[in-house]
Amino acid sequence: MGFLEKLGLKKKEKLDEGVQKSRDGLLNKIGKAFVGKDKVDDAILDDLEEILITSDVGVNTTIEIIKKIEERVARDKFVTQDELQSMLRQEIVDLLEDNAPDKPAEFNADFPVKPHVILVVGVNGVGKTTTIGKLAHLYKKAGKNVILGAADTFRAAAVDQLKIWSERADVPIIQQGQNADPASVAYDTVAAAKARGADVALVDTAGRLHNKKALMEELAKIKRVMGKVVEGAPHEVILVLDASTGQNALQQARAFTETVEITGLALTKLDGTAKGGIVIGVSHELNVPVKYIGLGEQIEDLQVFDRADFVNALFGE
Amino acid sequence: MFEDLSSKLDKAFQSLKGEARITDVNIAETVREIRRALLDADVNYEVARQFTDDIKEQVLGSDVLTSVNPGQQFTKIVHDKLVETFGGEKADIALAQTPPTVILIAGLQGSGKTTFTGKLARHLKQEHKRNPLLAAADVYRPAAVDQLKTLASQIDVPVYSIEQKDAVRVAKEAVSMAKSLALDTVIIDTAGRLHVDEDMMNEVAEIKKAVNPHEILFVVDSMTGQDAVNTAKEFNERIDFDGVILTKLDGDTRGGAALSIKSVVNKPIKFVSTGEKLDALSPFYPDRMAQRILGMGDVVSFVEKAQKEFDEKEAEKLQKKIRSDKFDLNDFLEQIQKIKKMGDFSDLVNMIPGASKALDDAEIDDDAFKPIEAIILSMTPEERQEPELLNGSRRRRIAKGSGTTVREINQLMKQFDQMKSMMKTMSKMGKAGRALQGLKNLPIGR
Repeated sequence: MGFLEKLGLKKKEKLDEGVQKSRDGLLNKIGKAFVGKDKVDDAILDDLEEILITSDVGVNTTIEIIKKIEERVARDKFVTQDELQSMLRQEIVDLLEDNAPDKPAEFNADFPVKPHVILVVGVNGVGKTTTIGKLAHLYKKAGKNVILGAADTFRAAAVDQLKIWSERADVPIIQQGQNADPASVAYDTVAAAKARGADVALVDTAGRLHNKKALMEELAKIKRVMGKVVEGAPHEVILVLDASTGQNALQQARAFTETVEITGLALTKLDGTAKGGIVIGVSHELNVPVKYIGLGEQIEDLQVFDRADFVNALFGE
Repeated sequence: MFEDLSSKLDKAFQSLKGEARITDVNIAETVREIRRALLDADVNYEVARQFTDDIKEQVLGSDVLTSVNPGQQFTKIVHDKLVETFGGEKADIALAQTPPTVILIAGLQGSGKTTFTGKLARHLKQEHKRNPLLAAADVYRPAAVDQLKTLASQIDVPVYSIEQKDAVRVAKEAVSMAKSLALDTVIIDTAGRLHVDEDMMNEVAEIKKAVNPHEILFVVDSMTGQDAVNTAKEFNERIDFDGVILTKLDGDTRGGAALSIKSVVNKPIKFVSTGEKLDALSPFYPDRMAQRILGMGDVVSFVEKAQKEFDEKEAEKLQKKIRSDKFDLNDFLEQIQKIKKMGDFSDLVNMIPGASKALDDAEIDDDAFKPIEAIILSMTPEERQEPELLNGSRRRRIAKGSGTTVREINQLMKQFDQMKSMMKTMSKMGKAGRALQGLKNLPIGR
């Protein structure tokens, strides 16, 4: 059962009748062709390669996965079809980093420090503000005191957009309007969270392309000032990735990690036909877990990431 | 990367020494490398396969193998094929015989529709003397209307919006409003929508039916991966768009989605978007896109940007000065100010593949110019013309005036002398080389 179905979203149906070639039973087919052999035949590898590449897993990670499968088939000959299928799933799950205990993904989990400060970053148009709106709602629903910080002071009407989300989620927002100094907004947000005894502070930032040095430096400064108010803040830096983004997501993740050391990923727009396979390589290379997935524009459309469900969805199940 | 591909192809060809002609068998490795390069650039799996099959077809039986640099030659074949696929003729926006011209903008969430709407309005207003009206038909996303209004006020263009969440009505009423106000162009900004969202796809089809646009533009994020094919196909089937807009090309994506979309829907790419400012819009150039996909970076754009600031005549004057050893600190200051005008210096360097390496991986600080400017500005006009005048006491005075130290001034003067001699050598080089070398020899980032 895929994660969309689990959510009870009707979008699942549309996903299935989508334009992409149906992958039903592909794993089955792969399993059958593997059984009883000590070598994987080329046609099957081609199929597997096609699934992975068309899911944006990328050439390098695809080669790595295929190599592992080949090695295991060569070692443990005559494995059953079931064993083979779970082997393939396991290899991919293993590439995906697990959540760290001090940065739990569950909304009702306890945080070691109060306020727990989360900085949200990413390139333009990936869905940072929407993700923050949903996170605020889910934390609040889980009984947390949440406060939002509108540090995207650059994009036209971004502050207004976050303000509307703060109303929807019924949480307070700290803002200084458009064109204000984003570091100052971030500082104020953390200070307010501390003064009011909030559990969680979520700070929105302007979208920035990772190759713009001045903008990345601005982000580093935003992060720096937060630590001056609360020890160790921000406790999490979440990089938002658009599921439809291709190999460039890896470049994004590298650059953002270098500047602000990201601790987790949120994968958005998974309600389309894009599979978001690039997170496998990103999670593996940078040792950061995928924490959340975004599945629509409604306030409820966000879920804690589940590795097994993700792999199932990758194979169209 | 471009070098990378051609050296990889060279290697693939090495094993074939002695074979005179290309055959199905001996070309396999080469084809695989090309396909991989395309997939790395996010070209769709099927499109990449078709593309390499076509290349194979084209070269079978030919004698590329006997060339001295088969890798390079083959890379050129791939490059040319990419350019050919993108199509030659420049496509412009269709304008109506009788006003108003109606332009519909559509695409996925976050692709950059609203920003592009602002850019297009500015472009039409400034370059074509049009009077646009913007229709705020994104009635769903929080504050989307405010965003459009803010952008419109920057370029002094009116926006039509209503309280009700009825996108079709906004579009229709905007067109009649334009007629009654004698505005000649209407640009309709729509909500981002997923191609699998039946209701939303119906809505955009309804808008199209209601206003019968002269031009429908599909906006795509250039960082899109494999899924670009699915979305473009679906949007094309529903609204039969006229052209594609590629956004966020100021990033470092290879942009293979452009090839996928062009191959699948065969619609021209009309504009590319290269920044958040409203003037960051350019026409689409097939050869630049081809180079980008092959990982060569956008050298041409860099040189062009540089040329805008350093025009021919001035460059010649400068050349003369350099040759006759008359390049002084005034000229130097002027050059620094020009470079600063070209935009964020390090962003510019990032546009050139390998440039950061060429600059010895030096950390380039945009503020690096500040003390240099301060020092030169603290000199008398005579001192700027004749740096030889700068004795110890003059240097102490300048240090005081510029808030620097004598040591910094000594260092700058030393670097200035070094640069002058290097520039003399450079003046014999070509234009692009000059631009690059000029950057390398500036006394910054040490």
